[in-house]
Amino acid sequence: MNLETIVKELNLDVRCAPENLKNNVTGGYTGDLLSDVIANSREGYIWITRQVHQNIVAVASLKDHAGIILINSCEPTKETLEKAIQEKIPIMVSDLPAFELTGKIYNLLGKKD
Amino acid sequence: MKIIVSETENTLYRDSFEIEGGNFNKAGIVSTSIKSLLKQMGIAAEVVRKCAIVCYESEINVVSYARKGVVNLTVNPETVLIEVVDEGPGIPNIDQAMQQGYSTADQKIREMGFGAGMGLHNIKSYSDAFNISSELGKGTRLLMTITINNKK
Repeated sequence: MNLETIVKELNLDVRCAPENLKNNVTGGYTGDLLSDVIANSREGYIWITRQVHQNIVAVASLKDHAGIILINSCEPTKETLEKAIQEKIPIMVSDLPAFELTGKIYNLLGKKD
Repeated sequence: MKIIVSETENTLYRDSFEIEGGNFNKAGIVSTSIKSLLKQMGIAAEVVRKCAIVCYESEINVVSYARKGVVNLTVNPETVLIEVVDEGPGIPNIDQAMQQGYSTADQKIREMGFGAGMGLHNIKSYSDAFNISSELGKGTRLLMTITINNKK
């Protein structure tokens, strides 16, 4: 399943790198501790987090994540957006809390394309 | 601090990268460069993944605690060596620092999602060989060896 489908299904607001919404999503990881995300997430995952500072872009880029979704309508900082555009990492915003958003994405990914 | 990294005559690549202490705006840049380099060299994705993890965690430690640091990358046919040497306060009790969950990070660092006491633990578990030494008031040296599995 690509990011575009997830964006449409969950009504996410795309903040940057719309050209990369074709990225294939192979799974997901939810977390705000960067070391936890670095150690346990995989390439192609969508990362769900409450962190909005620019270091999330380095983590997503290093782990080849498909994109980052910020929960609870949190907005990325200006520096985060600039870096994400540079690194071509799509950042999306959802008004849902982490638990609900994760559940919905988990169910979507469980469906056949 | 003495630097000993095993370099063989077969060494494929060797380079050093500087890390600026305290600058979270630049944190991750060195790890990202090293990851792209290793990828370009055609090293297996799983090996690159391990290198990226240990390199990033080390880089964050230097940014969080030290004045400055350097990453010395050596790629040999069968191993990737990542040595991180910093000029910083050093670690008083290494055994304690290695424990998962132990951290001396301040509130500012924790708010960003760092300082969970997982860094050194992650570094050790993703390295095939790991060595740490530290001198109080001088700095800390980490040496990580990642084996390149050519069988695949």
